[in-house]
Amino acid sequence: MTNENAHTMTGSKETLSMHPKKFALWLFIGTVIMLFGAFTSAFIVMASERAIQDIQLPGALLYSTITILISSATMQMAYHYAKKDELSKIKTFLTLTLVLGLVFLGLQYLAWDELVLNNIYFTSNYVAGSFIYVFTGVHGLHIISALIFLAVVLAASFKMKIHSKSLNQIEMCVTYWHFLGALWLYLYIFLLLNF
Amino acid sequence: MDHSHDHEHKETFITKYVFSQDHKTIAKQYLITGIFWALIGGAMSIIFRLQLGFPDMNLEFLRPILGGWITPTGKLDPEFYLALVTMHGTIMVFFVLTAGLSGTFSNFLIPLQIGARDMASGFLNMLSYWFFFLSSVVMFISIFIPTGPASGGWVIYPPLSALPQAMSGSGLGMTLWLVAMVFFIVSILLGGVNYITTIINLRTRGMSFSKLPLTIWSFFLTAIIGLLSFPVLVAAALLLIFDRTFGTSFYLSEIFINGEALPQMGGSPILFQHLFWFLGHPEVYIVLLPALGITSEIIATNSRKPIFGYKAMIISMLGITVLSFIVWAHHMFVTGMNPFLGSIFMLLTLIIAIPSAVKVFNYLTTLWKGNIVFTPAMMFSIGLVSFFISGGLTGIFLGNSAIDIQLHDTYFVVAHFHLVMGSASFFGMLAGVYHWFPKMFGRMMDSKLGYIHFWLTFAGVYLVFFPLHYIGIAGFPRRYYSFTNFDAFNMFTDLNSLVSIAAIVTFCAQFIFLFNFFYSMFRGKKAPANPWRSNTIEWTTPRVPGHGNWPGEIPIVYRWPYDYSKPGAAEDFILQTVPFSETKESNLPHENELIAEEEELKNMKVEEESHGH
Ligand code: HEM
Ligand SMILES: [Cu+2]
Repeated sequence: MTNENAHTMTGSKETLSMHPKKFALWLFIGTVIMLFGAFTSAFIVMASERAIQDIQLPGALLYSTITILISSATMQMAYHYAKKDELSKIKTFLTLTLVLGLVFLGLQYLAWDELVLNNIYFTSNYVAGSFIYVFTGVHGLHIISALIFLAVVLAASFKMKIHSKSLNQIEMCVTYWHFLGALWLYLYIFLLLNF
Repeated sequence: MDHSHDHEHKETFITKYVFSQDHKTIAKQYLITGIFWALIGGAMSIIFRLQLGFPDMNLEFLRPILGGWITPTGKLDPEFYLALVTMHGTIMVFFVLTAGLSGTFSNFLIPLQIGARDMASGFLNMLSYWFFFLSSVVMFISIFIPTGPASGGWVIYPPLSALPQAMSGSGLGMTLWLVAMVFFIVSILLGGVNYITTIINLRTRGMSFSKLPLTIWSFFLTAIIGLLSFPVLVAAALLLIFDRTFGTSFYLSEIFINGEALPQMGGSPILFQHLFWFLGHPEVYIVLLPALGITSEIIATNSRKPIFGYKAMIISMLGITVLSFIVWAHHMFVTGMNPFLGSIFMLLTLIIAIPSAVKVFNYLTTLWKGNIVFTPAMMFSIGLVSFFISGGLTGIFLGNSAIDIQLHDTYFVVAHFHLVMGSASFFGMLAGVYHWFPKMFGRMMDSKLGYIHFWLTFAGVYLVFFPLHYIGIAGFPRRYYSFTNFDAFNMFTDLNSLVSIAAIVTFCAQFIFLFNFFYSMFRGKKAPANPWRSNTIEWTTPRVPGHGNWPGEIPIVYRWPYDYSKPGAAEDFILQTVPFSETKESNLPHENELIAEEEELKNMKVEEESHGH
């Protein structure tokens, strides 16, 4: 039979050893990337058709960016102490991250206030302005989902369920949180480049 | 029951048949829901075909079903015609051929063919079905509201879809459409995450990617396409919802209604088309790839030959997957886009013809000189190949940006996509049901009825869709209520009547299938263990596999799934679970070398947590 011997290309390999839930999280992250890829592409298509006015981006966005970057660091610290079984420090840093996350949301809200003061409304005829609301709003919804996840992990840490032998949950939370931080950084730079 | 299996935990009716987490039950739920939708979608097409084929007919007899949508003079309400077309498209594309096809066969076959107890997460899998169910309920309700369901076409272009006041279906009907689709997308994403995770993580010992049946490869790539494209539809729909309910102007600019300007300015309806078709084109492959995977499996089995070009099949599916994301603008050639950009998209579009042609040639060469067994499943698979060829050829014309100026939005397009996507995938789905029915229900379907069903449907599809090419070339636009208002198209009245009669016959033929399906479920002949003498490992499970699929250990896989008619072998098929050490007479030289690795496989430790056995 003149057929390729594709079926014997490789010998037998054990299946991937990544934890299924972690793997699923990465797939979910892929879908979020596509979602924001679509939003920012839509912005580019829109901007190619009409000029964008030069507006002052809200100053609060700079502070929120700094906040979320710091929160990534505190999240990483919590993970670091989880690996070392320093249980009280895990709690401290998780709490800190949670607070910083809430501060981030607050600052995003202040940014909306600033936009309104500058007469840029969600429902104006200035579509580029509406897009700023969409970017921050939909990203904010994801932050809320991450904060809920974070709260669950925090509760688990109070029950002493997060330690060096049980890291899956906190690892997933760390991954998601870093991802959302990076996503915001991308959006912020995108806005800076366009306005 | 013979193998009613080793688990002790109690199952009530509710956990067993309703909120089941077993992938086989969920697959059947998808199948039944899909069949339900196919009947509704099909019946809708018959109603608007009556209008198109027999414009003078008195439709009074439909009043009991359609009520006020039949005008006092016994005619179909023109606005409701648009609603029917829209719902027909939405139902067929999303509910039947996405959820019904992928949902059924990915769920049923992935664990059974890769050797897993169940999906990675039975709970998310169950959730996925129930989101689909919820979506179905909302969409179903929308058909019956007084203002009618969404009517702007299944592609829901703004401004029709963005302005609730635009037409009656743009109001509540459109809102419900969007709500239903949100649930639908959640369902698809949950399902997709599960399929991919399961295929990557839960394969049995020895089941490397190079030994996966092509069905699994196709489900895998389909799920990846879905995961990458549906979020973009979410983005498109979200902006549309903002335009509809909050008064933003993402898609709207300079619109006048009854001479009055709307306040919204600055947006662009073309933006929506870009976002929509970034999903929309991959969606046609989401619909088609699983059908092609099913066909590969059935054609190889029933030709009693190895699939020709296993690797080429995988590479062409990978090629289709990648290319499907960069051709979307071929749906937008006439939106005033830059002709240079049009040429680029034309080139990319025509490149997709290459992997498609590779697949067709591989099917034909697999059939060539095969020892063909014409089971009903095989007939439908060959039918699929036929539609794929005849519909694919017209795709080459449509992909040409200059020719598309004449053909765009005519019945030529309708003919093209019904053959290549609609009928081909539909045949793939039917083939899959005929082929795996014995595994699903432990009984055989009647093959005589299967043949009658096949020939009526096959002839019917060509009779319906072939003439539409001519009407399309003549320039008749799709989604028009009536032919007869235009002198130019009066010459097509006879042809249109013929098409409508053929459509009615085709639709009625499906009831033969329905009868066969439900009758065989309870009264069919009991299925033997491996009725098609097939190689894949789902046929090593008990006749009706219980929860966990294999009563004992999951079998080890030693070889690829296509060892049919291997020279030297006693039988014309060798199951994937037969080690090379037992088939010395038919081994190729390099396969003898693999015998050494078999011990290693057997000693590999089996990890089985989480499934409660
Ligand atoms: C009984 C078999 C079928 C018949 C007779 C039929 C007939 C038709 C006709 C005549 C139209 C065009 C109506 C118009 O533009 O005015 C149409 C539209 C359409 N059909 Fe079918 N169809 C059938 C099955 C299917 C299947 C299996 C699919 C799955 C892909 C499908 C998908 C569509 C879509 C997407 C549209 C476009 C809807 C729109 O314009 O928004 N149809 N069908
Ligand atoms: Cu396309």
